[in-house]
Amino acid sequence: MGGGRTVPVLVVVAAIMAIWYAATVWLNTPWQLGVYDREGRSWNTPELIADTMAQERPVLPAPHQVAVEIWETTVEKKVTSKRSLVYHAWITLSATLLGFAIGTVLGIVLAVAIVHNRATDRSVMPWVIASQTIPILAIAPMIIVVLNAVGLSGLLPKALISTYLSFFPVVVGMVKGLRAPEAIQLDLMRTYSAGTGQVFWKLRWPSSMPYLFASMKVAVAISLVGAIVGELPTGAVAGLGARLLAGSYYGQTIQIWSALITAAVLAAVLVSLVGAANTYVLRRMGART
Amino acid sequence: MQTAVPTGATPGAHPVIRASNLDLTFQTGDGPVRALSNVSLDIAKGDFVSFIGPSGCGKTTLLRVIADLEQPTGGSITVNGVSPEQARRDRAYGYVFQAAGLYPWRNIARNVALPLEIMGYSKAEQRERVARTLDLVNLTGFENKFPWQLSGGMQQRASIARALAFDADILLMDEPFGALDEIVRDHLNEQLLQLWARTTKTIAFVTHSIPEAVYLSTKIVVMSPRPGRVTDVIESTLPRERPLDIRETPEFLEIAHRVREGLRAGHSYEDV
Repeated sequence: MGGGRTVPVLVVVAAIMAIWYAATVWLNTPWQLGVYDREGRSWNTPELIADTMAQERPVLPAPHQVAVEIWETTVEKKVTSKRSLVYHAWITLSATLLGFAIGTVLGIVLAVAIVHNRATDRSVMPWVIASQTIPILAIAPMIIVVLNAVGLSGLLPKALISTYLSFFPVVVGMVKGLRAPEAIQLDLMRTYSAGTGQVFWKLRWPSSMPYLFASMKVAVAISLVGAIVGELPTGAVAGLGARLLAGSYYGQTIQIWSALITAAVLAAVLVSLVGAANTYVLRRMGART
Repeated sequence: MQTAVPTGATPGAHPVIRASNLDLTFQTGDGPVRALSNVSLDIAKGDFVSFIGPSGCGKTTLLRVIADLEQPTGGSITVNGVSPEQARRDRAYGYVFQAAGLYPWRNIARNVALPLEIMGYSKAEQRERVARTLDLVNLTGFENKFPWQLSGGMQQRASIARALAFDADILLMDEPFGALDEIVRDHLNEQLLQLWARTTKTIAFVTHSIPEAVYLSTKIVVMSPRPGRVTDVIESTLPRERPLDIRETPEFLEIAHRVREGLRAGHSYEDV
């Protein structure tokens, strides 16, 4: 991160923290007052503020409570433990990555078919778009149940929900990318009597790289969403989605928030990894640095 | 090629490009547009032919018909004695577009090697040809530069090298220097003539600059719009050896005058 960006980023983080702490006090006060009332004890403002940030099941946990929870469930727990956040994050991450990989390949294959075949263009594209109008929350349990019935369980069904979400931006981006070459670049290939395969590998594919990476950034983030959603109907066995669900069953808001923060950090890391791959590939392709 | 051969080819030789009564009508949303009307033309081997005329006169369309990038709706045309499609499949011509159209992800050497890769030349042959053609256009030393690192003129020279890299003996050039400034253009015109003298290529060159057409050509085809047609074909009397200052000689000005007359006769100066 360049020196010119550090200060603005820190300012934004500080502002978020301040708002979060203020919201913590505000949202947790009613319950805390009830406690005081039942105990019939007197209280003052500093006590109230301190107590709102130390509840076991707060409406909104304070940032440091979430930080402590994350610390305890990552660093202080063995990664093999069912209570380790690293263990759950890995379960979700593996489904995310598998789903993302399948989704990207599927997206590219569909885009190639759409670009090279008019019939596919007309017949497939409407279905691709229609597929995304169905709420994923509605279809995820069906996918899990149907695949379970045919004997598929565990990683793959969750990954397929990630795929369901992530192939879409790749199809749309790659159709655009594979059609990106200008008329004169295509004419040039025609003057060489180049075959369809040569036009694809020497012109369309390289032209589409910036589009591919832009699509993959979106795809990897929604893959994670897909994997988490896919964990909800499985009875909350393992994964960040399971942590979210278990947390909400038992009112463990701190657990929910720590799982949410972990998911957000994971998404940020995945997106920046795709970004790094993007920079690397485009630099190798001679892009201005 | 250094001797002053009379322009055109020896009589009776089969022309490299022969068009007769060529017609091309585009079907557009606003109804049919006649881009070419009754165009007949012979281009002999070793000719440097310029097509000149205002926008819409069909000069680019004619070049694209020769290259099999457009299909005529009437008349006939042969390139090297066969159909344009067959000539394209035989890789009979190199085409230089108005924009250099280099692939930004390939360095200059690999851009020039593009047609060679497609046509299946061996790696060693590719290297040898890239070196040779880059030398022809004075770009030796720029092999590993990417297009954006080169000026517009150098990019256009690289695109000419790309068209010369394989053994096509016809070079089709569609306003290749149209987007460049006057000084660079003069320089490239001079280089193009030297290149033409060193190779034995037949060149068809589209331009809308009268001095450029007269300076470069052995034959100037004057065209007019609505419908696109040939109004005059001028055989140049200038020698093949042409220094830049030939453009101030009375002979040069005489030919330029005739071109302008041809354009005027085709109503090219009206309603522009």
